[in-house]
Amino acid sequence: MKDRILNEMTLRFPSLAENERFARLAVSGFVSSLDPALDELSEIKTAVSEGVTNCIVHAYRDTVGIITMQVRILEGQRIYIRIKDTGCGISDIAAARTPLWTSAPDEERAGLGFAIMESFTDRLSVRSRPGGGTTVTMLRTLRTRKAANEDRNKKV
Amino acid sequence: MGVKLFYDPGSRTVLAELSGDIDHFTSKSLREPIDAEILARIPLRLILDLTGVSFMDSSGIGLIIGRYKLMNDLGGSITAVCPSPETAKLLELGGINRICRIVATARDASFIGGMKI
Repeated sequence: MKDRILNEMTLRFPSLAENERFARLAVSGFVSSLDPALDELSEIKTAVSEGVTNCIVHAYRDTVGIITMQVRILEGQRIYIRIKDTGCGISDIAAARTPLWTSAPDEERAGLGFAIMESFTDRLSVRSRPGGGTTVTMLRTLRTRKAANEDRNKKV
Repeated sequence: MGVKLFYDPGSRTVLAELSGDIDHFTSKSLREPIDAEILARIPLRLILDLTGVSFMDSSGIGLIIGRYKLMNDLGGSITAVCPSPETAKLLELGGINRICRIVATARDASFIGGMKI
């Protein structure tokens, strides 16, 4: 079975901005057993940072709520990440996912959160309803070490 | 971690050396001193040195776009130098090359405004 879970962790933390870094480092540490290539790790950290920042900036705007982040290592070098909040929810998911669209233009938000999560993962799903919170799940398959090294050699 | 600011009166260039992680949490504390320096000097050029940046997400894109707007209002330009390969990929994704010159290496960057970087 392809989706067998090899390892799993769940973190719950308040939506404080200083936890953006903590969330990145936690995921980075957890997936380190897979020995990801530097660029893959950086992309995973960026995707997590975007997901958690969305909770802090949008879902729990002007308030502090709980963010639940679950990370699973699946068979076949696959990483599953779920970031869940119980905040305000998104009324128009399609608009929110549109690059450069932001609900907070005055705060120098680039409107790229979902676009970056989408480019840096293989699959992104967003479930949300107004008042009912948002759950973002991402799947990313890592290259094998051998393939990563071959890519690196090609670049040099 | 943070930002160090330098000004070269000859070329009217502000150099901002950014370091550490740039995310939503840290971007505010980077933005304010850069803007204060820009408004005090009214430079022709702002150079953002990204050599020391260990991580960047879309908040970094927002930071660059915001400084571009300010420099553009003042009739000046903005250049980003020495992004890591990971940061360079993010800048490309954010379309930053359309508003900001991106210089890959310190050797190229050292010619800008005659400033040592």
